[in-house]
Amino acid sequence: MPFEEAHRFGDLMKSRIENRFEHVRAQKRAALVTFIMGGDPDLETSFQIIQHLPKAGADLIEIGMPFTDPMADGPAIQAAGLRALAGGQTLKKTLSLVERFRKDNQDTPIILMGYFNPIYIYGVEAFLKDALHAGVDGLIVVDLPPEEDDELCKPALAAGLNFIRLATPTTDDKRLPKVLTNTSGFVYYVSVTGITGSAIADHSHVADSVARIKAHTDLPVVVGFGVKDAATAEKVARGADGVVVGSALVEVVRASLDQNGKATDKTVAAVETLVASLAEGVRRVTK
Amino acid sequence: MNAPAPNSFRNGPDETGHFGIFGGRFVAETLMPLILSLEKAYNEAKVDPAFQEEMRSYLTHYVGRPSPLYFAERLTQHLGGAKIYLKRDELNHTGAHKINNVMGQILLAMRMGKTRIIAETGAGQHGVATATVCARFGLKCVVYMGAVDVERQKPNVFRMKMLGAEIVPVTSGAHTLKDAMNEALRDWVSNVHDTFYCIGTAAGPHPYPGMVRDFQAIIGHEARAQILEREGRLPDALVACIGGGSNAIGLFHPFLDDKDVALYGVEAAGHGLESGAHAASLTGGRPGVLHGNRTYLLMDEDGQITEAHSISAGLDYPGIGPEHSWLHDTGRVKYISATDKEALAAFQLLSQLEGIIPALEPAHAIAKVLDLAPTMPRDALMIVNLCGRGDKDIFTVAEHLGGMD
Repeated sequence: MPFEEAHRFGDLMKSRIENRFEHVRAQKRAALVTFIMGGDPDLETSFQIIQHLPKAGADLIEIGMPFTDPMADGPAIQAAGLRALAGGQTLKKTLSLVERFRKDNQDTPIILMGYFNPIYIYGVEAFLKDALHAGVDGLIVVDLPPEEDDELCKPALAAGLNFIRLATPTTDDKRLPKVLTNTSGFVYYVSVTGITGSAIADHSHVADSVARIKAHTDLPVVVGFGVKDAATAEKVARGADGVVVGSALVEVVRASLDQNGKATDKTVAAVETLVASLAEGVRRVTK
Repeated sequence: MNAPAPNSFRNGPDETGHFGIFGGRFVAETLMPLILSLEKAYNEAKVDPAFQEEMRSYLTHYVGRPSPLYFAERLTQHLGGAKIYLKRDELNHTGAHKINNVMGQILLAMRMGKTRIIAETGAGQHGVATATVCARFGLKCVVYMGAVDVERQKPNVFRMKMLGAEIVPVTSGAHTLKDAMNEALRDWVSNVHDTFYCIGTAAGPHPYPGMVRDFQAIIGHEARAQILEREGRLPDALVACIGGGSNAIGLFHPFLDDKDVALYGVEAAGHGLESGAHAASLTGGRPGVLHGNRTYLLMDEDGQITEAHSISAGLDYPGIGPEHSWLHDTGRVKYISATDKEALAAFQLLSQLEGIIPALEPAHAIAKVLDLAPTMPRDALMIVNLCGRGDKDIFTVAEHLGGMD
C-alpha cells in the first residue's frame, strides 16, 4: 500500500499513533483498528496474522494479552484467551510478537490490551521497559480506571507510552474529564454497556456519543463493540475517527481451526479476508 | 511480609478503599460510576438511623438474631483445655451467616432504586440467602453458580429455584466460584441501569470489602457482649474459617484492637499445602489483582489465576478479602490451615459430641480448635464461629466416608 511509504515521512517527533491518525485524516476517512489475541491459537500463527494485518488494511493493531479471568469480555474473546493460554502464551511471548513485528514495520501502532494482574506480576517497571524496547506504542488495561492511575497509567506516561482509556455510556459529562485526564493517543469509546462482542442495537447514537466526548478532548475517538462486517464498520465509521473490531476477528480465527484446535492453512487468510472487507467498509465513508 | 502496625486496626479502608496496599477499585470503566454511587449510598445509609432501625428490625424478626453463644461443654471436656464457646450463626434463617450481609445489601439496593439483584455463589449459601431476601421483597434474582458446584450442591440449587431465583450454571473457565464471579461481573457490566450486584464475601472493589464487613460485624459485636455477660471478660482466642473471609472478619473486627485476644483464621488446605491442591491464598499465594481488588491470590508465575481446591465449595476460591491480606501482613491475625481430612474428622466429632452438624466450612475452624484448645489452660476462653450448618453437606460427607449406614 502506498500509504505505508508515505507515512515514513511522518513527523518523527510525534508518536506513531499521532502520525497514523494524521495520515488517516489526510485520506479523509476513519481508521480501522483490529484486535487479535496474542498467541491465539499459537505464537507463530498469531505472528503471521499480525504481520499481515497492515497489508490487509488495518491502520492500528491491538494485541490482547491473555488472562484467565477477563471480566469485561464476552465468550469470543474469553475463548481466544483460553486458546492462547492453552498454547503456552505468556506476557513475555506477547512482547516478543511485537518485537518481531517491528523488524519489518516501523509505522503501524501497536497497542497491548488486557488486564492488570499479569503486568503487576511481571513488574510494572520491567514491563514498561520491555514494552518500549519491543516497540509497543500504547496500553489499554481494562481494570485500571482513573482511580488507580498510580498503578500503571502514570508510570507508563512517564516512560513515554500512550495510555488509552475506555469511555462508556455510563461515563457521564461530570466524570468524562476525570477519564480523559492522563489519557493519550486516542479515546476508545465502548458504545454499549456490555461485554465485548455485544451487538449495538442502534448505530445512530454513535455520532452523538462521539461528539459528546469530543467536546472534552482533541484526541481522536475510536468506537468499538458490535462491529462484525463491512456494513457495520461503514456505519460506525460515519460517526467516529476509528472503528475497532475484535470479537469478529477472533471468531474467524476459531472457525478456521481444525478439530484439535490447531491452526490450518486457512487461518491467516481468513483473518486477512475479513480485515480487507472491513477496510473496504471503512473507506466507503469520506470524512 | 511485615507491614508497620497502625494505631488502630479498625479504621480501614482509607478513602480510596485500601487496607495498606490491599483493596482498591480495579474494575472496568462501565462499572466505576455505579461503584461510586454505591459508595455514596452506603455512606449515607450507614449514618441514617432509619436504615439502621430497619436493619435491626429485620435481623431480629426475620433472620432470628442475636444468635446464641453456646458453651460446648462436651467438646471442651474432650479436648481438656480452653473453654470453647460456639457462636451459633448456623441458627440464622437460611442456615448461615450469609444472610446478615444480604439483608444489608438488599435494603441498600432498594434505597438506590435497583430492581434486579444478581449474586455469585459457591456452596449455594449466599445464593440461598440472596434468593430468600429477594423473595421477601419481591425483587428479581439471578444467581451465577459454577456448573461443577450446581452438581455438588443440588439441595441448595433446588432451594433457590423454590424461592423464585433464576440459576445460571457457569461453564466458562473452571466452572467454579471464581468463574461465577466473572459471569456476575459481566452481567453487571451489561445491566448497570437496574441491577445491583450483591457480593457474598468481604472482597471485590471498594466499597464492598468494608461494607460486607460492617454488615457481618454484628457477629463480633454480639459475641463480645455475650462473652462479657457470661464470663465477665474478653476471650483469649477467636477462631473462624476463611474462604473470602466474611464470617471471620465479622467476628474479628470488633476485637481487632484488643491485643490480648488472639485471632486465628483457618484457610482450606485441601489435599495438603504441599500437594498444590488447596485454597489457602495467604499461605500458598501472593499479592495480585483480581475481581476488583488487590489481595493474596493463587496464581502461576505469569500472573494467571490457578484453580483452588477444597472439599468445601464455600472455601474453594483462589483469593481472599483484602482486609485479611492486610491483617496477615501486619501480623494481627494468625492464618493457619486445615485439610479436607481434618475438616471431615471435625465434622463428625462436633456432630457426635454436641449434636450440632456443622457445615464443612466451619468444620475447618473446628479442626484447628482440636489443635489449639488443648494447648491452652482450662480457664482460657475461646470463641469459634459456627457460621453454617451442615445439612447441605451430608451427601458430600457420605460420599467421602463411604455411605450412611
